Amino acid sequence: MTTTDQAALPSLPQVFRSRIGVELKEFFRQREAVVFTVMLPVLLLVIFGAVLNYDIGFGVTFTQYFMAGIIAAGILGAGLQNMAISLATERSDGTLKSLAGTPMPKAAYFLGKVVQVLAVTALILAALMLIGGLFYGVTLPSGSEWLTFAWVSLLGAAACTLLGIALSSLARNGRSASATVTPIALILEFISGVFFQFSSLPHWMQTVASLFPLKWMAQGLRSVFLPDALAAKEPAQSWELGRVALVLGIWIVIGLVLCVRTFRWQDRGTT
Amino acid sequence: MTRSSSATEVRGGPVPGDPLDPDAAISIRGLMKRYGDFVAVDGLDLDIRRGEIFALLGPNGAGKTTTVEICEGYRNRDAGDVLVLGQDPTHGKRAWKAQLGIVLQSGSGESQLTTRELLRAQASYYANPRDPDEVLELVGLTEKAGVRGKTLSGGQRRRLDVALGIVGRPTLLFLDEPTTGFDPEARRQFWSLIRSLRELGTTMLLTTHYLDEAEALADRVGVITRGRLAEVAAPSVLGGRETAPAVVSWIEDGVRRTAETATPTAFVRELAARFPGEVPDLAVARPTLEDVYLRMIGERS
Repeated sequence: MTTTDQAALPSLPQVFRSRIGVELKEFFRQREAVVFTVMLPVLLLVIFGAVLNYDIGFGVTFTQYFMAGIIAAGILGAGLQNMAISLATERSDGTLKSLAGTPMPKAAYFLGKVVQVLAVTALILAALMLIGGLFYGVTLPSGSEWLTFAWVSLLGAAACTLLGIALSSLARNGRSASATVTPIALILEFISGVFFQFSSLPHWMQTVASLFPLKWMAQGLRSVFLPDALAAKEPAQSWELGRVALVLGIWIVIGLVLCVRTFRWQDRGTT
Repeated sequence: MTRSSSATEVRGGPVPGDPLDPDAAISIRGLMKRYGDFVAVDGLDLDIRRGEIFALLGPNGAGKTTTVEICEGYRNRDAGDVLVLGQDPTHGKRAWKAQLGIVLQSGSGESQLTTRELLRAQASYYANPRDPDEVLELVGLTEKAGVRGKTLSGGQRRRLDVALGIVGRPTLLFLDEPTTGFDPEARRQFWSLIRSLRELGTTMLLTTHYLDEAEALADRVGVITRGRLAEVAAPSVLGGRETAPAVVSWIEDGVRRTAETATPTAFVRELAARFPGEVPDLAVARPTLEDVYLRMIGERS
């Protein structure tokens, strides 16, 4: 070792701060990413709220139902789609390879990404609830419902982020990432009770959806936004919050294993 | 001590069987790398001394980038031994990486950050970085400090790549085709930057397709063909350049004449005696590095 005469390397928190700054600037300065990830759920709420505000029973509007689903979809966008596309892009344009050649601790890179996802998620959720509450008469959570809201959102964001990182390795390059990931997200949204009431979907579709995290995120959030009487319309006639936590927890473990096993700092075929 | 570590030696490198030189900036023995059936590096031996600028020359696909990326820790080798700053790059940790500067052939990616922000972020990974604004000045990007990375021109981006490579104050700097896309003036500026880095004691491993660049910068060059080093020597003596016959050319009776001679001075004296005044269009040329290089890679492929 010839490092004895050198100053100490910067600490993890120092590099972490620097990476957070980089990740936030990279996201918020990229207009397409902001429009696609933040504005799209808000626009969908505006359109659905204006068109589909019919009564779904017990005096509850579809907009109230849709709020839970679009929040889940927003988390999916900020975590899964955003991570998969931005990581695949950074992998194929050489950003990741360059970083791998520096003494930046790899953990700092992922911590920066996590903070970016959390910041974007918080912004989406705040915008959705603000607009829903102000213009569409959506009842916001109160009391202990906030706790459920927080843990469902956080577990969902964690699962989506990890799966997004794992999916980024599936895409051949940055350009194909969007084409790979967007249809996956869109199909999940259609079958998981975001755009349609979950109870109105065919049974087989419900079964397929219950294999993936989005259905459970939306269901957990419905327990927050809908009166308990509507739990009777759920497949198990209850909100199944224990199972929501369990399935999201399993997806977090699967996502973590996939990330560790598949993550690459360069495009395939380059080593 | 291996034969190659003598600082005065201008020709030759280690041969198979020589021990690794732990004091060298880079020491490579019997390096092998295959991609499927294609043998990219086929038993390469090389020592790069601390403080020198070493240029690796060779046609595309000869194994330059593979060799360099093995030294940088990006690729695993199939066989052989490699020490970079005394350590095996396969197991290089943060403290080891902090001593390297890497300018990749592929560049450092697109960014929404300004060049100054990018350099500040890069500097934050190192123990004792250079001042980002000084580095911008060094590479001539001061006016572009507030411009986003992705809006720079090709040559400006390459200078940004170089800036990112040196901001960590590396002991050993890898430059993989650093001046591709530079105009002649930018290339000259880059050369003087490299020379000032050498004065600060930075060891550099350069790959390039520009032979004038290798000649202007490198203390020694290595010509790599088909994954092996054909020759290692100072640019002035590569391929026996210093003893190669000179070519004298002039115009006589309206016709261009040329002659090869080992004694150009005597030849020109004789020639001058045949003309009353100036010899028309007289030129004496030694084989250029490019002549020697093309002959060497022609012989082997």
